[in-house]
Amino acid sequence: MVKVTIWGSLRSATDGVAEVEVEAANFKQVLRELERNYPGLQSQIAAGVSLAIDGKIYREAWFTPVSPDSEVVLMPFMVGG
Amino acid sequence: MALDTEKREFKILGTRPLRPDGVDKVTGRALYGADMSAPGMLTGKILRSPHAHARIISIDTSAAEALQGVKAVVTANDFAKASNSFMQDGLDNCMARGKVLYHGHAVAGVAAVSEAIAKQALKLIAVEYEVLPHVTEILDAIKPDAPVLHPDRNFKRLPEGTAANISHTTDFGHGDVEAGFAAADLIVERTFKTEATHQGYIEPHACLASMGPDGKADLWCCTQGHYNVRGMCADYLGMNISQLRVTASEIGGGFGGKTTVFIEPVALALSRKAGKPVKIVMTRDEVFKASGPTLSSLTDVKIGMTKDGKITAGYAMLRYQCGAFPSGTIDLGAMSAFAAYDLDAVHTEGFNVMTNRPREAAYRAPGAPTAVYPVEAVVDELCLELGLDPIDVRLLNAADEGTKASYGPTFEAIGLKATLEAAKAHPHYSAPLGPNQGRGVSAGFWFNFGGNTSVSLSLNDDGTVAVTEGNPDIGGSRASISMMAAEELGIPYENIRTIVADTNSLGFNDVTDGSRVTFAVGLATIEAARAAIKIMCTRVAKIWDIDPEAVTWEDGYAKPAGENAGKYDPMSLAEIAAIANKTGGPIAGHHEVNADGAGVSFGVHLADIEVDPETGFTKVLRYTVFQDAGKAVHPSYVEGQMQGGAVQGIGWALNEEYIYGEDGRLQNAGFLDYRIPVASDLPPIDTVILEIPNPGHPYGVRGVGETPIVPPLAAVSNGVSRAIGKRMSALPMSPPKILKVIKG
Repeated sequence: MVKVTIWGSLRSATDGVAEVEVEAANFKQVLRELERNYPGLQSQIAAGVSLAIDGKIYREAWFTPVSPDSEVVLMPFMVGG
Repeated sequence: MALDTEKREFKILGTRPLRPDGVDKVTGRALYGADMSAPGMLTGKILRSPHAHARIISIDTSAAEALQGVKAVVTANDFAKASNSFMQDGLDNCMARGKVLYHGHAVAGVAAVSEAIAKQALKLIAVEYEVLPHVTEILDAIKPDAPVLHPDRNFKRLPEGTAANISHTTDFGHGDVEAGFAAADLIVERTFKTEATHQGYIEPHACLASMGPDGKADLWCCTQGHYNVRGMCADYLGMNISQLRVTASEIGGGFGGKTTVFIEPVALALSRKAGKPVKIVMTRDEVFKASGPTLSSLTDVKIGMTKDGKITAGYAMLRYQCGAFPSGTIDLGAMSAFAAYDLDAVHTEGFNVMTNRPREAAYRAPGAPTAVYPVEAVVDELCLELGLDPIDVRLLNAADEGTKASYGPTFEAIGLKATLEAAKAHPHYSAPLGPNQGRGVSAGFWFNFGGNTSVSLSLNDDGTVAVTEGNPDIGGSRASISMMAAEELGIPYENIRTIVADTNSLGFNDVTDGSRVTFAVGLATIEAARAAIKIMCTRVAKIWDIDPEAVTWEDGYAKPAGENAGKYDPMSLAEIAAIANKTGGPIAGHHEVNADGAGVSFGVHLADIEVDPETGFTKVLRYTVFQDAGKAVHPSYVEGQMQGGAVQGIGWALNEEYIYGEDGRLQNAGFLDYRIPVASDLPPIDTVILEIPNPGHPYGVRGVGETPIVPPLAAVSNGVSRAIGKRMSALPMSPPKILKVIKG
């Protein structure tokens, strides 16, 4: 199981839990399992999110691997100027 | 793509060759958005709302259409329904649908044979409005009885009891903040205000659109991302993407404000209707009224500190005003606010609130400057109260490799401490100050990212190389890309020409934003060069009749990999290119990637400010920027980014603001009344580049473009506050505001 940290304003979709566990081996599977287990996250994930995996920020990188040892943090989709 | 494991001595990176666009730009040969023209071209003009908020009852265009010389008139009815709500917001910002939401909102477009006729036609368009109550300020917009901009949409009334103008809420942090405050020896809590500013690019938005009767279209425009323009315009015009080719012109500044569309879909719709090319060039008045200002903000910050300078807890409540459409910039602000600190307890929350102002557009490090400013100002106040050195305190609390960032992840190798140490050791920090002078310190942070990138690299038969990339050059990227290609191929910089291709000539590229281009396009260029090298080595192996693995590439030559490979005279790139048609055909390399690993960026700024206590007039006496740039490819461009960001931040801190009247109309839509800093206002901006290699790039390159605008707001504010002996908490710090604080 991979632990995923959820940022505060999304925790209403995870019953207030800051860190949830999902069965996943890559970026895409993390999002799929989050959507499946926490339907309240679907709209945010559809609008766009990033994942920080072991400190590195990924956008839309479906096949980036994650493991039970990975630090995985759900983040907003990063934009810039 | 990781940092190359083999340590290399760069031959070209780190040098300062002439910029490839320099001669064109100083001689007037460079073609900007307004320089494009086409046979039979019409002039497009846009009718804009005189009201801040009104329902459109009717639009009668018949008189305008009947005017001789008018070839087309368009309104919202001439566009398709966008593919999703975010895209629809972009379209509705380009052309009002049902309601006008701010002073200057587009209502109709006209194409005519001359500008005079187009202007005359605008006057003949009869728009019947039902004027609605308007709201332009944050606290007014959240009142329960505030005018609601989008009553038909399901925006939650959060925080509870507010008007339905809040589009987005946010919440980040970790640890027990209350316990942290309980452990503090001193707590400072203060509210800070910033005003909306404009990116202030010199070149107004301009485009030329041409659509044929078969539906194929070409668009030339000044933009930071022509693939994004293509996607948005195709969506808005109901076109197949392949039928629209977009070419980016040279760009006279963008800074985030040219990452979306304003006039481009209108020009295309007019061209479609008129059957002729249509050019639209915004006036400066239109640029201010209808293109991307940044947010304004109202932020409460509370920080606790021990007597020896350890921060025990930090809290911020951020409120961002985002103009007439939804925005999520508050996330980026909440994530950036405390990013420079290693904190056990931190909490940031906030919201974006919509008002009857132009839609917020990105501006360098969107959301970060207005979040970092109040935090850095409170840290400065705590240092003053406790008699502590502001850099020592930042070093004591600095985020470092292994720190759990305030927004969640654990930092990899970062350069903040090295940057702070460089600032402390610099002569600027120990230089004496005179009366009425203060020195401000601020750290700053930005995420950076990589993104989708395509690069193609081709060998010419004379041994020169063409590099084709797809990101408009807003900060010297053509030079940097040429340098990285030259470094990898082992040929002179002068032998390479890098161009920015149109959307049909190269695979997709994300917008030039997020400080991504030197990092991501550079990375793709290196990979494209390596692909070409592999082909060259294979060709040479065939010539020598040995295995391809027995050929290596070194300093621009294919050579036998070792003694066992045999003895052959090395072949240069030029020699290989010259016979390419005999060895298998043209030689090229390309690379397509969604690049990650950009690595976050930190900077530290020092600002010496003098304040005239009689008038409140400020003078920036000395300013130094310290920043971790990773490997600086072309140091002059890196310095230029650091200086440019500092100057824009100084303007934000001291002068720039959108001013609205009681009627909701913008009062200062021009550079005479909206004052950006000019050279005579500023000292030379000194720069110190720290080169801590980015582990996510083969050469260690890190994005540098956005971080420099983050620290100046607080650096200047802290300098002014120390100069006058009182804490400033609102920007811009114009002389009347400073005088008011001085006089209590």
